[in-house]
Amino acid sequence: MPVRVETYERLDEAARALASSRTARFLGGGTLIMRAVNAGDQSFDTIIRARDANWSAIRAEGDGFVIGAGVTMAAVVASRDLVFLAPVARSVGGPAIRNMATIGGNLFAASPYGDFAAALLALGATVNLAGSSGRGIPIDDFLRDRERHATSLVQSVSVPRPRDASAFRFVKVSRVKPKGISLMSIAALLPQMGGRLQGARIAYGAMAPTPIRVTAVERALEGQSLDIATIERAAAVATEGIDPPTDALASSWYRREVAGVHLKRLLSAERR
Amino acid sequence: MAKKPVRFHLNGSEKAVFVEDGQNLLDMLRRGIGDLTPKYGCGQGTCGTCTVLIDGEPHLSCLTLAETVEGRQLTTTAGLASGNRLHALQAAFMEGFAAQCGYCTPGMLMAAKALLDRNPNPSRQEVVEAISGNICRCTGYEPIINAILEAAKSGDARHYG
Repeated sequence: MPVRVETYERLDEAARALASSRTARFLGGGTLIMRAVNAGDQSFDTIIRARDANWSAIRAEGDGFVIGAGVTMAAVVASRDLVFLAPVARSVGGPAIRNMATIGGNLFAASPYGDFAAALLALGATVNLAGSSGRGIPIDDFLRDRERHATSLVQSVSVPRPRDASAFRFVKVSRVKPKGISLMSIAALLPQMGGRLQGARIAYGAMAPTPIRVTAVERALEGQSLDIATIERAAAVATEGIDPPTDALASSWYRREVAGVHLKRLLSAERR
Repeated sequence: MAKKPVRFHLNGSEKAVFVEDGQNLLDMLRRGIGDLTPKYGCGQGTCGTCTVLIDGEPHLSCLTLAETVEGRQLTTTAGLASGNRLHALQAAFMEGFAAQCGYCTPGMLMAAKALLDRNPNPSRQEVVEAISGNICRCTGYEPIINAILEAAKSGDARHYG
C-alpha cells in the first residue's frame, strides 16, 4: 500500500502541509495511524511527522499546565506536575502503548478509545492548534467539531490544575484486568465552595462517538453538597439525553444500565 | 517508491538499512535485517508479541514507523543470550514451562526485560502490570509470571543481555 512520509523540523511547517492536503494524517505515537496503515486504510496516502522537541514538553503556566500534544502517556505518569492525571494515563493500554500513545492523538481516538480526552474534557482543557496565534479552542468545541479538525495539527493542551486532589476523580470501567478497553470511563471535576459544588464538570468516554459532557448530572450536582441524596439524584439521570453505542464490548442497553452504578461509586469515592 | 536510509543500533551492533515509505519497524527488522525474533500478531497494538526495546523502553514494533528509529538503541530477543548462555529470563521461561506454543514469548521476554532493568525486585503485581500489554492464549499467564519472578530472584537478569 503506497503511503508517502513527509518529515518536517518545525511544527508550523508540518501544520501547513497537513492543512493543504485532505489525504494526509499527522503521525503522533503511531498507535492510531500505523494501525490504520497496517489495516490497509485507503482514506489517506500521506503521513506527516515533525521532529520539533517543543511538541513533547510539559510546562507550568498560570494556574495550570501546557502539555505538548506529543507528550506520551508514560511521560504523564512520570511527571511530578501532572500527578492528578497519572491515574488516567496509567489506564491507557499496556506499558508499550503508554510509551508511544500521545495526548494529542488521544483527542482523535475513536470510541471506545479516548479515555484521556474524556478526562481533559472534565478538567475544562483548551486545545491549542499549531500555526494559529489566537487563543485555544475549548475542548468541548474541539470534540464537537472533531471531524472538521482532521486537518488541524494540535500543538498542545492547556489544563487548569484542579483546586485540590479530591476535586478530580476518574474511573475506567473495563472487563479485563489490569488492561482492558473501556466499557465507559467517567471523569469528574468536583470543585467545592463552602461545602457546595460549584462548576462541576462530568464527562464520559465510550458513551458516544466522542467523549461527552453529562449535563443532566452536572445540573443535579450544581450548588448541592456532595451527600447521599445528591449522589442518588445524579445517578438517576446518569444517561439522560445519551444514546450509548453498542460495540463488541457491551451493548447500548448494558452501558445504560451500569452507567448510574459506576457514577454513584465514583461520586461517593467507593473503592471496589 | 522512495527508499530512505536508516541507521541505528540493534543488540549492540550498528545497522544501516533502506526502508520503504510507511514501512513499520517489525517488517524492517524481519525482512530488512533478518531478525525473526519479534513476531507479527495482530498489527493493531493488542497482542504485544512484536514488542522490542527502543532506548530500553518497550515499544510495539508493528506500530512504529521504521524511519523513526534513526540513531536509537534497539534490543530484541535475539540480543538476550550471550553466546550459548541463555539470559536469566530465557532460562527461567524454559525451566518453568512458561512457553507453550511460544508465539507470545519474544514479546513477554522483552516486556519482562524492560521491567527487570528498571526494577530488579518486582512484586507479583508489578510483573502482572508489566506484561499487561502482552496476550498469551496458552499458559493462563501463571507460569510466565512465576518465571519472571524466578529470573528476578536469581539476580542474573541484569548481568548481561
